[in-house]
Amino acid sequence: MTERKLTKVYLYTRFERLWHWLQALMVTVLLVTGFEVHGTYAFLGFKTAVTVHNYVGLTWLILFAFFVFWLFTTGEWKQYIPTTKKLFDVVLYYAFGIFKGQEHPVQKSRGAKHNPLQRIAYLGISAMLLPVQMLTGLLYYLYNVLPGGIDLSVLAVAHTFVAFLLVNFLIIHLYMTTTGHSLFSHISGMITGWEEIYETTKIQEWENKATKKA
Amino acid sequence: MGVKDPAMGRLHIPATYIIIMILGLAWCLGLVTGLSVRTAAAETGVMGEALGMKLAKQAVKANKRWTTADHSKVDALNRDFTSGSQITEACLSCHTDASMQFEKTIHWTWRVDSEKPGIMNGKAGHAVNNFCISGNAMEDKSCLACHVGWNGVEDGVNCLNCHGGETYNYQEAFGDIQAFMGDDDPETLEIIKELQGEIKAAVKNITMPQRGHCGECHFKGGGGDGVKHGDLDTSLIKPNKMLDVHMAAEGADFTCTRCHTTVKHNIAGRLYTRPASAERKSLIQDDMATKITCESCHGTLPHTTDSKMNDHVDKVACQSCHIPAYARVNPTKMWWDWTKAGELKDGKPYSVKGEFGKPVYKSIKGEFSWDKNVQPEYFWYNGSFSNIGIKDGIDPAEIVKVSHPVGGSADPDSRIHPFKIHRGKQPYDKVNKQLVAPMLSGPNGFWSTLDMNDAITHGNKSLDVPFSGEFDYVETTYAFPITHMVAPGKNALSCEECHIRGSSRLANITDIYLPGRDKNDLLDGIGMIAVLGALFGVMLHGLGRFFTRNGKED
Repeated sequence: MTERKLTKVYLYTRFERLWHWLQALMVTVLLVTGFEVHGTYAFLGFKTAVTVHNYVGLTWLILFAFFVFWLFTTGEWKQYIPTTKKLFDVVLYYAFGIFKGQEHPVQKSRGAKHNPLQRIAYLGISAMLLPVQMLTGLLYYLYNVLPGGIDLSVLAVAHTFVAFLLVNFLIIHLYMTTTGHSLFSHISGMITGWEEIYETTKIQEWENKATKKA
Repeated sequence: MGVKDPAMGRLHIPATYIIIMILGLAWCLGLVTGLSVRTAAAETGVMGEALGMKLAKQAVKANKRWTTADHSKVDALNRDFTSGSQITEACLSCHTDASMQFEKTIHWTWRVDSEKPGIMNGKAGHAVNNFCISGNAMEDKSCLACHVGWNGVEDGVNCLNCHGGETYNYQEAFGDIQAFMGDDDPETLEIIKELQGEIKAAVKNITMPQRGHCGECHFKGGGGDGVKHGDLDTSLIKPNKMLDVHMAAEGADFTCTRCHTTVKHNIAGRLYTRPASAERKSLIQDDMATKITCESCHGTLPHTTDSKMNDHVDKVACQSCHIPAYARVNPTKMWWDWTKAGELKDGKPYSVKGEFGKPVYKSIKGEFSWDKNVQPEYFWYNGSFSNIGIKDGIDPAEIVKVSHPVGGSADPDSRIHPFKIHRGKQPYDKVNKQLVAPMLSGPNGFWSTLDMNDAITHGNKSLDVPFSGEFDYVETTYAFPITHMVAPGKNALSCEECHIRGSSRLANITDIYLPGRDKNDLLDGIGMIAVLGALFGVMLHGLGRFFTRNGKED
């Protein structure tokens, strides 16, 4: 196989990186304390776990509103538009191509940070799982002050269900960070903003839509 | 958007500060929303001290009682008494309606209407328990030891039982005086004079009811110290703060009547088929309300305002967390098996003492067990009890709940409350399927004859309830609400006592979802499999990449 040239692209702005790692921290804390409240293990003690979970959960809820605002004012929401173009190629790449040293079918760029598989995954998480989790979490938190409402067991089951999905996401997400040209190239990209990628694939027009200003 | 543009690069620095500020703002917002939603009603609360604690301290601020009457100066008491009823007459010469009031209360009648026609509750009614079983309509004279009258009920109310500042054996003194009466011997006259002096001094020493007055019966009911309640025994005469924050001298130093407030000698706190208080109100809502509930003084926001604990008060009674165990100083009786009664050693009744220096066997009563520092059992409770009396049918195949709390999760008046459950085996009528009321004291009583069949025959006759002549024993339970012996706040239960898998104290409260205790087995099963599956999957994928070296050939 021929030597491929590496190039550096600036993918993630300071805000995005901060938001990503802050969110990573909050997800981790919420999962750790949440499963303790669920009774899966004892770690911080039930009372501390509940208190931490409540405050971190509320903080995330409010920060998420800012994030959504940012998404829409900057047009970054377009990064999340799902597409079937090359989706199958990406799936095939991770299933087979990656073992054969094939190139990733979709190259990253500022205008297209997410490949089609990521678009679907992140859209599902940001637009479905997280809002559902925040809603059930808020209803759970306010259970005592809201009149009537949904039975606590329903809220708890829904909240736990999404939590399990998020754990699964986290595992796969963490693993996928190692699939760059080196084990840590994706992670260092999310830390510095600059990511090293192979300079071979031409970025296609549709992938650049998000940054294309009128 | 280009980072290579130097102007853009500079812009990122203030942006970071803005983000940090936003984070700070968000955190504050989080706190404020969190707090304001749950404490809308606690506007007056001051951060730091719980509103409930402030209210409670306010309610007991003025603790010195004062009076305009000095009984030692009252002429009516400054005379020689030769009988108990003379003393009561002297009391009534000023307190004209006192005995009239008192005779209407359950403390005198030992009877109270039930919801069932023809059935009276109370010891003198059709109620039974699983200790000495029945009062046999006051025929069982040993019960009268506790009765608040002179000579049982014969000679009227004995005011000094609850208001006498001195423990004095009036019955014995009057007996002696009667015996010596008519004797002119100067020495005898001297003795009579001395006795009269003692009686006079005792009679003039009048107080409000103290712990010992109430405790004489309520600490020692069932035949000895701590037998019955579990949260009431002689350790409460002089408790330390660890045992009871309300009654300890270094605590609030309450007498019983501080909470068991009284109207016309009716003392708040009686529980049968009706709750002790119809509604839970604080003194702020109703300053004439009884002080029998915790909320009376502590309100409905007893914890600091930001505390999740305040969310518990609608479903969990204060006692559930604040009385971690009962009988913390003196032991209490947990088990009484009448089937073992009547055994003889060398042809004579005998008794055996056990672990706590308490009897574990008595020929006249059967087998007992005692325990100390007991963890309560928890049930939904709306303040009232269901009772099985002498006239109610039972199912001998099951454990009979002679007395059991009423309530459920759907009932807004019910909360989870701690109880002592006294278990035992007691006789029942095999044909009529009813509990029976053996006569215990007296010449025909079981304690003299050790003949259960005969005792039941006499006992049931006293209550006018037929007995078939065939009896056997059935296991029964009797519930006491645990409400005294409130421990200091730092000793209240930790969350994990209930919010935990498996060992939860509320394991038997199954009709609610309790975080930390409950889970959906299916969801948790699938979730765990999915998580392990994902881990396994990425491991396989990773190993695949490792062994194929990502398809690169070196």
